[in-house]
Amino acid sequence: MTDSKLKKITVALAGNPNSGKTSVFNMLTGASHHVANYPGTTVETVQGTCTHGDFRIVFVDLPGAYGLTAFSAEELVARKFIIDEKPDVVVNVIDTSNLERNLYLTTQLIELDVPLVLAFNMSDVAEQRGIVFDIARLSELLEAPIVPTIASKTKGRIALLDAIVAEANSPRKSRTHHITYGDEIEDAIKQIEPLVCSEQPALAVKYGSRWVALKLIEQDSDIIAKIKDNRLVDVVSDAVAKLKIIFRDDPEVVIAERRYGFISGACQESVKTTVELTHTTSDLADAVLTHRVFGLPIFMLMMYLVFYLTFSIAAYPMAWLEQFFGWLSISLASVWPAQAGDWLRSLIIDGVIPGVGGVIVFLPNILILFLAIAVLEDSGYMARAAFIMDRLMHKIGLHGKSFIPMLIGFGCSVPAIMATRILENKRNRLTTIMILPLMSCGARLTIYGLLIPAFFPQNWRGPVLWLIYLTGIVLAVIAAKVLRLTVFRGDTTDFVMELPPYRVPTFKSLSAHTWMRCLMYLKKAGTVILAFSIILWVAMNYPRVSEQSVSGLSQDEVRQAQLANSVIGRVGRAIEPVIKPLGFDWKIGTALIGATAAKELFVAQLGIIYAVSSHENASASTLRQHLQADYSSLVGFCIMLFCLISSPCLATIAITRSETSSWFWAAFQFISLTVLAYVVTLMVYQLGSVVMAL
Amino acid sequence: METTITRPLSQVDEGHTVNIIRIDGGRGLRVRLTTMGLLPNTQVTVIHNGRSGPFVISVKNSKMALGRGIVDKIMVS
Repeated sequence: MTDSKLKKITVALAGNPNSGKTSVFNMLTGASHHVANYPGTTVETVQGTCTHGDFRIVFVDLPGAYGLTAFSAEELVARKFIIDEKPDVVVNVIDTSNLERNLYLTTQLIELDVPLVLAFNMSDVAEQRGIVFDIARLSELLEAPIVPTIASKTKGRIALLDAIVAEANSPRKSRTHHITYGDEIEDAIKQIEPLVCSEQPALAVKYGSRWVALKLIEQDSDIIAKIKDNRLVDVVSDAVAKLKIIFRDDPEVVIAERRYGFISGACQESVKTTVELTHTTSDLADAVLTHRVFGLPIFMLMMYLVFYLTFSIAAYPMAWLEQFFGWLSISLASVWPAQAGDWLRSLIIDGVIPGVGGVIVFLPNILILFLAIAVLEDSGYMARAAFIMDRLMHKIGLHGKSFIPMLIGFGCSVPAIMATRILENKRNRLTTIMILPLMSCGARLTIYGLLIPAFFPQNWRGPVLWLIYLTGIVLAVIAAKVLRLTVFRGDTTDFVMELPPYRVPTFKSLSAHTWMRCLMYLKKAGTVILAFSIILWVAMNYPRVSEQSVSGLSQDEVRQAQLANSVIGRVGRAIEPVIKPLGFDWKIGTALIGATAAKELFVAQLGIIYAVSSHENASASTLRQHLQADYSSLVGFCIMLFCLISSPCLATIAITRSETSSWFWAAFQFISLTVLAYVVTLMVYQLGSVVMAL
Repeated sequence: METTITRPLSQVDEGHTVNIIRIDGGRGLRVRLTTMGLLPNTQVTVIHNGRSGPFVISVKNSKMALGRGIVDKIMVS
C-alpha cells in the first residue's frame, strides 16, 4: 500500500515531566523525528510518525506538564495545541508508580473532553512496588482506555497503537459524567455557563461552555483575556468573590482539591498497594548524592567531568575538522588557478569553506555536551544538581540548573547557550543566555595569550589572567541580579522540583536526544553563522585596493593595505574618535570589529594590520614587539577587558537568535554587552591614566 | 501533642509525617504547588531537613525538593 492511501491520525502525547513520555514517543516512532516550533511560540515540538495497519499516525510530543493552567508557558502550549490543533487522539503518558499525582493532568484532559488513551507507563516499577490495578474498573471510572506499557523495554507498543486507532475511529461520545466540584462551585458553573453560550458563542463552541465557565471561576488569565463582555465579567467576579468568602480560599485551589478528590476516589476503588516501601535504592543514592557535606564535591566532580569531556575530548575531532577544512581550502586553491579579480575563487576559498568549517567545528562539542546532559537528565541526577546549586544561584536570582550552562560558558558560549534548554522558566533562561558571554570562553584565551606576555612581567601574568576571569564572573553576577530586578523581573523564591527516581538511561533515548540537538544546531544556528561569515568576509575584502597602488609590495603588505582599504578598515578608522577615550586607536578598532567573526580572529587581524607574516614562526613574538612599541600596559589590559565583556562573537549572536527565536534578544545581548564593555573599559582606562600620572 | 499545633513545614524534623493545613503565598505559588500535589489535607513526609538549605519531602509517592522560602509558607500539623 502506498503512503497516500493510508489514513492519517494525529496524536498528541501529553504527560508529566519524568513520566517517561519521551521514551514512549521514541518507542512509538523509532528514529523518525522532526523538530518544529509550535505555531506562534518559541517552544519546540518534536514530531514523529509510524505506520500501523492502514493508518499513518503522526505523533506530536507536547512539553512535559503537571497540569493545564495558564501559569506556565509549557502547560499553556500543551493546552493550546490540544484545543487549536484538535488532534484525533490525546495519549496521556502516566508514570504508574506515581499514579495519583500523574492523574491530575488526566483530570484536566477529561475536562477538555478530548478523545483520550492512557498509557500506564513503567508498569513494571509499579509492580515491584507492590501496586496492583484493576485496569478495567479504572478505565471505566476515567472513561478512557488504559494500556500498560514499559517503554524502556518496548513493551505494549502494539496494544497502544491498537488503542489509538480504535479511539480515533470510534464515534465521538460525550462523557457520561463530569468531574464534579461540589455544590457551591457547580452552582457558579450553572450560573455562568448559559451566559458563556449566549454572550461568547464562539468560545463556547471552541472550548465547550462548561470548560470556559470553569476556567473563568479559576481566574485563568488566558481565558479571561478572551472575554470582552462586561456583563459576563461582572457575573464571574461576583461569583468568585462569593466563593472566596465561602471557602476562605481561592476557588482554583478548591477546584484542584476536588480534582484530587476525584482521583483518590477512583484509586480507592481500583488500586491496591500490597507492600509498603519505605527505603528504596533511590533514597540511598540520595543520601549520598545530596548529602550536605559530600553533595557539593560530588557535583563539582561531575561538572568537571562534563567540562573535560566536552572540551578536552572534543578538542581532537575539532582539530581534525579544522585541519580538514584548512586542507580543503589549500588544495582547492592549488587546483583552481588564481586570476586577477577572481572574486568567486576568493569567496569560496576564503569565505564559504572557512564559514562552513566554522559551523561544523562546533559539532563535537555539542554532541558530547548534549550526550552528557542527556545522561545527567535521564539518570535523574540533574534535578539533584539543580537542588544542590540552588542556594548559591538563588542569591543572584538564577535557578540551580543555570550553573551548568555557565560552567560550559568557560569553554564556549555556543554550546553553553544551547545548554540553557535545561531551564524551564523563560525568565531564568533568558537571563542566563544574556550573561553567558561574560564567562570568558576558550577563544578569548588566545587574546590573553598574546597580550599578557606582551605587557606584563612574568610574575604578574598569572594574577592578571585570574583578574580578567574574575572580572567576567563578577560582572555576570551583577548583570544577572540587575536583569532579574528589571527586564526579567519575577518571583525567584519558589524552588519546587520533583526529584525523580534514579534510572539507568537507555541508549535509545540518549542517542535520540543527542542526535536531535546536533541536527537543530546545524539547521538553525548553522545557516545564520554561515551567512554572517560571508558578510564579514565581504566587509573585510571589499572595496578592493587598486592593482597599481600595491605593486611592488610584499604579500603581507598587500594584505595590510587591503584590510585598511576594506569596509572594516574604514569603519575602524571612523570609530577612532569613539574608542580614543578607551586608549584604543584605529588598529585596535579594526581588529575588534574583525573579531566579531570569532574572538580568536583578533590576533590574526592584528597580525594583518602590522603586516606580520602569518608564515613566520616567530609571528607571535614579533607582533608582541609591535604592540609593546605602540601601547602601554594599561591599554593592553583595557584591550583584554574590552574583549572579555564586549559584543559576543557572531556564532553566539546566531545561537542566541535561534534559541530565543528573536532578533530582539540577540540585538539586546550584543548592544548591552558592548555598552557595558565600553563603560567599564572607559572607567578603567581613565582612572588608570590618572593613577599612572601621579 | 506536637502534631496538633499548626506550624510551618520548615519546623518539622526528618522522618516525621504531617498533614498540610494551608499554604500561605501568592496565587501563582499555590496553584503550582497544588498541581504538583501539595495541597491542604495531603500527607507529606519530611525526608531531609537541612535547616538552612536542602529540604526534601515525599508526597503521594514522589520525592520533591523545596526551596527554603516555600517550606516556611506551608503550614502543617
